[in-house]
Amino acid sequence: MAKVSAKGVLFDPLFKNNPIALQILGICSALAVTTSLSVTMVMCLALTSVVALSNLFISVIRHQIPNSIRMIVQMVIIASLVIVVDQLLKAYAFDISKQLSVFVGLIITNCIVMGRAEAFAMQNPPHLSFLDGVGNGLGYSFILIVVATIRELLGAGKLFGYSILPVVSEGGWYQPNGLLLLPPSAFFIIGLIIWALRSWKTEQVEAKDYMMAPQSRAVKEAM
Amino acid sequence: MSSNRESVSRTIIVALLVCLVCSIVVSVAAVSLKPVQVTNQLLDKQRNILLIAGLLEEGSSIPEQFEKITPRLVDLRTGEFSDAMDPLAYNQQDAARDQNLSRALEAHEDVASIRRREHYATVYMVENEEGIETIILPIHGYGLWSTLYGFIALEGDLNTIRGLGFYQHGETPGLGGEVDNPRWRELWQGNLVYTDDGEVGVQIVKGTVDGSDPRRQYKVDGLAGATLTSRGVEHLVRFWMGDTGFRSFLENLKSGEA
Repeated sequence: MAKVSAKGVLFDPLFKNNPIALQILGICSALAVTTSLSVTMVMCLALTSVVALSNLFISVIRHQIPNSIRMIVQMVIIASLVIVVDQLLKAYAFDISKQLSVFVGLIITNCIVMGRAEAFAMQNPPHLSFLDGVGNGLGYSFILIVVATIRELLGAGKLFGYSILPVVSEGGWYQPNGLLLLPPSAFFIIGLIIWALRSWKTEQVEAKDYMMAPQSRAVKEAM
Repeated sequence: MSSNRESVSRTIIVALLVCLVCSIVVSVAAVSLKPVQVTNQLLDKQRNILLIAGLLEEGSSIPEQFEKITPRLVDLRTGEFSDAMDPLAYNQQDAARDQNLSRALEAHEDVASIRRREHYATVYMVENEEGIETIILPIHGYGLWSTLYGFIALEGDLNTIRGLGFYQHGETPGLGGEVDNPRWRELWQGNLVYTDDGEVGVQIVKGTVDGSDPRRQYKVDGLAGATLTSRGVEHLVRFWMGDTGFRSFLENLKSGEA
């Protein structure tokens, strides 16, 4: 990012620099919590508020943090925010916090949070850092919501727990695809999203790390 | 300034201040939200009791629905009802850690890997004119990662399972966590606990139960990818339905001597 503008900071992470699709960060929770939309929404909200606030606080004290302990300081702030969010969920969204179980706590280790703190908040003023956090949270949320919509609709015939496609076991016509309720399906969907995004924005395609070697004559003859 | 920023004393001061502020924030959040969380947990427990017993109705409030359920304290040593404590105030999870309220289990008794068994348990009963309609017994035991806490609901014959479920556990979501799956919980309904010769027949099998199996009424499908959690659930049901659990109480209840 050459120039830093508020609008760019907020919206770039949506498509241009998406934390999941381009930076391939935060995949773990994207696989785990996307079986139902309502749970996903809460997770997105939790993550967005943690990234935004951790960016804000870290940026506020960025000139005070000694370099030798900067990562530990970031970690302490992130961990505290995550605990507060977890406590709030337990108090006001008990059912969903039970379904999210360990994954709220695991926001601490989500690479997006740490990544934004280290890469952005340490160098930029508080308001931009806050927006950068919100933007990256939105980028994360965008992918998760797409994945969760596909998984819940095709895997269970529902959206937000409401029946959209009546399933066979309840007398409807839709035979749900159980694979979509299992974590590997999120891999496929995220893969497809990355492919679609890179076909649209071709500058995201990475240079090849290696070239396919031409087949030797022996192999050709064997075939 | 930057050399000053990197000095040892400065580093220690910043570290201390950050820790202090963060710990205050975390403690304030934890303490001030505690009452709401406790209410939630109680509601959740009551909801689960109703759900497992198949009594949950959408629409009316949970404390209201819970009124038709009578909690009673059972002395597991004698297998009789007891008035030693208030059944609602009694905390079974705490009692299991209390030397005076529990006893250590011998290795051969400890099928459910819980080490200590408390002297008292709170059971929940739904009664009608003919006697007991449903009885809900607390059960717990070790799965793969965690102790699973739940209930088993029996019908009036004290043998047919009306429901089984857990309200607290830390098993892997998606694998062992599927003990919460309503479809798996449904598999228990209508199954029997005791065989004709009085043994606990409950078994969780790998894969699906064969429809022609003569003992299929005692068997439940295992959870895919969660062999150890399934085994833990089988063991804890065996434990709590067995001699160290509720067996003598259920026998007393059946003969009207509890």
